[in-house]
Amino acid sequence: MSNEHETNRDNTLAQIAGAATIDALEAVRVEALGKKGWVSALLKTLGKMAPEERQAQGPVIQGIRASVADAIADRKEALERAELEAQLATETLDLTLPAPTTPKGSVHPVSQVMDELAEIFADLGFAVATGPEIEDDWHNFTALNMAETHPARAMHDTFYFPDHDADGNRMLLRTHTSPVQIRSMVKQGAPIRIIAPGRVYRSDSDATHTPMFHQVEGLVIDRDIHLGHLKWTLETFLKAFFEREDIVLRLRPSYFPFTEPSVEVDVGWKNEKGRRVLGGDGDTSGHGWMELLGSGMVNARVLEFAGLDPSEWQGFAFGVGVDRLAMLKYGMDDLRAFFDGDGRWLDHYGFSAFDQPTLSAGVGARA
Amino acid sequence: MKFSLEWLKYFLETDAGVEEIAAALNKIGHEVEGIDDPAVRLEGFRVAEVLTAGKHPDADKLQVLSVDTGDGQPLQVVCGAPNARAGMKGVLGLPGAVVPANGMELRKSAIRGVESNGMMCSVRELELGDEHDGIIELPADAPVGQSFADYHDTSPVFDVAITPDRPDCMGVQGIARDLAAAGLGTFKPVEPSNIEASFACPVEIRTEDPEGCPAFYGRVIRGVSNGASPEWMQRRLIAAGQRPISGIVDITNYLMLAFGRPAHAYDLAKLSGAVVARRAVDEETVEALNEKTYTLDASMTVIADDEGVHDVAGIMGGQNSGVTTNTTDVLLEIAYFDPASIGVTGRKLGLASDGRTRFERGVDPAFLDDGLAILTSLIQRICGGEASEVVRAGLPPIEAMDVAFDPAMTAKLGGVDIADEEQRAILEALDFTVADDWTVTVPLRRHDIEGPADLVEEVVRIYGLDKVASVALPRSEGVARPTATPEQALERKLRRAAAARGLNEAITWSFLPVPEAMHFSVHRQSQNGQAELWILDNPISEDMKAMRPSMLPGLISAAKRNADRGATTSRLFEIGRRYFRAENGTSDEKPTLGVVLAGSAQDRGWATGKAVGFDAYDAKAIAMNLLESAGAPVGNLMVMGEAGEQFHPGQSATLRLGPKNILARFGALHPATLKAFDIAGPVAAVEIFLDALPAKKGGSGFARAPYAPPALQAVTRDFAFLVPADLLAGDLLRAVKGAEKKAIVDARVFDLFEGKGVPEGKKSIAIEVTLLPGDKSFTDDELKAISERIVASATKQGAELRG
Repeated sequence: MSNEHETNRDNTLAQIAGAATIDALEAVRVEALGKKGWVSALLKTLGKMAPEERQAQGPVIQGIRASVADAIADRKEALERAELEAQLATETLDLTLPAPTTPKGSVHPVSQVMDELAEIFADLGFAVATGPEIEDDWHNFTALNMAETHPARAMHDTFYFPDHDADGNRMLLRTHTSPVQIRSMVKQGAPIRIIAPGRVYRSDSDATHTPMFHQVEGLVIDRDIHLGHLKWTLETFLKAFFEREDIVLRLRPSYFPFTEPSVEVDVGWKNEKGRRVLGGDGDTSGHGWMELLGSGMVNARVLEFAGLDPSEWQGFAFGVGVDRLAMLKYGMDDLRAFFDGDGRWLDHYGFSAFDQPTLSAGVGARA
Repeated sequence: MKFSLEWLKYFLETDAGVEEIAAALNKIGHEVEGIDDPAVRLEGFRVAEVLTAGKHPDADKLQVLSVDTGDGQPLQVVCGAPNARAGMKGVLGLPGAVVPANGMELRKSAIRGVESNGMMCSVRELELGDEHDGIIELPADAPVGQSFADYHDTSPVFDVAITPDRPDCMGVQGIARDLAAAGLGTFKPVEPSNIEASFACPVEIRTEDPEGCPAFYGRVIRGVSNGASPEWMQRRLIAAGQRPISGIVDITNYLMLAFGRPAHAYDLAKLSGAVVARRAVDEETVEALNEKTYTLDASMTVIADDEGVHDVAGIMGGQNSGVTTNTTDVLLEIAYFDPASIGVTGRKLGLASDGRTRFERGVDPAFLDDGLAILTSLIQRICGGEASEVVRAGLPPIEAMDVAFDPAMTAKLGGVDIADEEQRAILEALDFTVADDWTVTVPLRRHDIEGPADLVEEVVRIYGLDKVASVALPRSEGVARPTATPEQALERKLRRAAAARGLNEAITWSFLPVPEAMHFSVHRQSQNGQAELWILDNPISEDMKAMRPSMLPGLISAAKRNADRGATTSRLFEIGRRYFRAENGTSDEKPTLGVVLAGSAQDRGWATGKAVGFDAYDAKAIAMNLLESAGAPVGNLMVMGEAGEQFHPGQSATLRLGPKNILARFGALHPATLKAFDIAGPVAAVEIFLDALPAKKGGSGFARAPYAPPALQAVTRDFAFLVPADLLAGDLLRAVKGAEKKAIVDARVFDLFEGKGVPEGKKSIAIEVTLLPGDKSFTDDELKAISERIVASATKQGAELRG
């Protein structure tokens, strides 16, 4: 008897192993484990056995059932896996085809640099101030110690409007961000530390000048601010902005009506592969100086115009071209391209939205 | 300003070399813009003697010379100059030398088959003058073989930028004085010689305009012969960039360039009656030396005689009374003109001159008599003649200013400690007088000194700005405080949100062509549309004339340029200002974000098929997205019309918070706008008015409102309505949401259909409504009741539930 069972079992196991499809396997299962299957029939015989016989046969018969059931389950899983693989094989995609793209936006270098400046100067305690671009000649000139007949006025290449404001002042496009100094001092008094970035305008247009460009103005007024503070501030700012310690400044006496003493600031550069890279002493070989900033101690008359008492308050101001800073740091060579909106240029020189300048990550975005 | 080292040394005794002097000039505030050393340019040019000159075998106009260059071995040179002949001395350029006039490098060559080993040079080729009729002829004693640069005694030329506050340095003497103060040598002032006057001045001189011309001095010199000026003078003038003209003209120019003192010489024969400084009469004209005629007005000071105006005072002499080579008698004018009125006149006439530059900035009021004496003696020395007495009308402002100075101020303002005695020495070297009590008397030529701060500048610039040590700004305690205003923070956030959304930030001109500005002007249809725009008086071109009333025109033009360059897509944005007028005549500048989407929203693709252009929904998506980034309550915004006539009337809208507050407009542009900008459509655009955005409520701190997840899960129900074709989806949604405010948390359109199966004049809108239960799950009855209310509310909008 047991031999017969074993033969049946072996036959069934062979059928299971030979089942090529789920359906064939199912037929084998019904034959063995189905209601009328031979294993089911065998199980039923257990009930009719005497206890001793059942004790002996029970494990044998259960063992047969288990081995068949296990073999079916294993075979089923194998067949299903093969079936799935066969199906997946028909679903192959050509993944060398391009996936849908998301357009890549960009931040304009001027905005990026203005954000960098705001970040650096915030650390030095400077707030960001703004003022109108359509100014009156009092704020743009008179209050900055450029009287109507001052030759410096004529040197500013000013864009004028035919209009006058209610006080009779001629309206114009501001030629520099310096009127923001006046407005800020009038509004908030002293002490004060501000930078004022923004658009400025000169009726000048050639390879290196555009009629509109960007400047940032800095102003510090307090009781004991002197030229040494100005020098430190500019050094500190430029080192932080260009993220290099070897920035060397050369201060030259100069003239601006709104500062006294007035100082023009040159920065040392080095020729690296045909590009002027800031850093190093301009007097050493292979180096040179470039004029970068105008600055000075705020003229006492300007303080008076802005309603401050020059015997109590003093301080410095400086101005520098934002576009110029951007060009020097990020390597553009054509100012006109800044204002063209050429998508190719914006893609190339623009910055990722996520290049948000922070002091901890470094304010600059590396190439 | 340009001057040669040799000229400088006339006023400054120094051993310093070119580099040292240049460094000192930069250090004390006279920026060296260039140094030109003619010796470098004249390298390879030598004094040479023509030994023989014979005819060129193949060319009539050429000669073959044998030239001695001092090497013992004569060189064969082909020369075309008619004056080349045996025995003469000239200048030979050897192979390798570069001709200054044209940059050509000389080479050994064959000219018409005859070998030539260099070139005999003309005056013009060496840039020594204009002559080019023949080669240079040197005197017989010129040493053969000497470098021509040495023989010619060339001198390096400095080109220095003089700041407008320092007219006293618009003459070589002033620069020498500054350099001496800086320790570069000893200043050698020029003492004017005593002029022997042999007759009374025959011309009456008056000033009838004491404001414009406080002082007018003059004298006559008779019997001059106005030939060429001497070589030493010509050389200095040429170095300074001044072309020699005639003895007397050159001498007045020399006085100006050496001493910063403009003067004028009239041909006495061409004057009649008294010579008077007066105001011009309106419409009076003068023909100036530049051969242009100027129409004058009563604000301008002129020099005139009985016949009329000769001279725009201090700015330019007249054509009719100038000296010529035939002039024998001259009237010299040396005057003091009011700087301010010179500037006004110069600007009105648009007339620039070296005289104006100096008078406008202020000449030395103490240098009239001395200047006239130097001028006279130079003329007598060079042109001969007898001098008259000096006549003087008026007085220059010669009251010297005293400044109460405290040397401690140098440290306070300049940040550098300089011993009192050193400060005193510096000021005295600059010709200031310093009293024991530190009252400083300012030399009259120093118009720039107004107060103690200017004296600090003088002391510090001579002492050396490089010696000012850096001092850290005092820092507030702790970590730096935030500085951005809410407006600045908003702009920064929006900029990066827009860039993150795939838009490229552009910066376009603030000014536009007037027609483009008008096209986007809010009131362009009204008659006073023009008045709203700011329009420049003196634009640089017609394309940059009107300040923009919208961000869009500049961006549309940029998109058009991109399309012209072959770009398929432009997604541009700009954050900037629109310019309007405030009531008090000042400007009202509104911060605005503009977006222009042109070309393909999606390029053709293997998965997506044909390229798809941008439409109003693309614009809406960006508008909503950016408004949300800006913190605007986007859920409460109303989509309304009136985006403006620049937009497609049926495909544009405004987004409003309340019926009047327009936060943004968006949509497809009107075909007329596309045509006006000559750009292919469709183009979609957005403008967000940043000043209209509601301010974030202040003082809210950082903590968010508490969050409690709903206890029970939301359920959704779908409704399909047949509605009139013109019913706005937004109206239907609002009705649906309003049906049961407590339970309905969201409702959105998931299907929209018109056409087969839907009756004419109707459309089908399917809406998914999300319901959130309160503390208990909805019962079937509750859900049924809510559904009924939703259907009822929709029905009021003309909707019927589809079966």
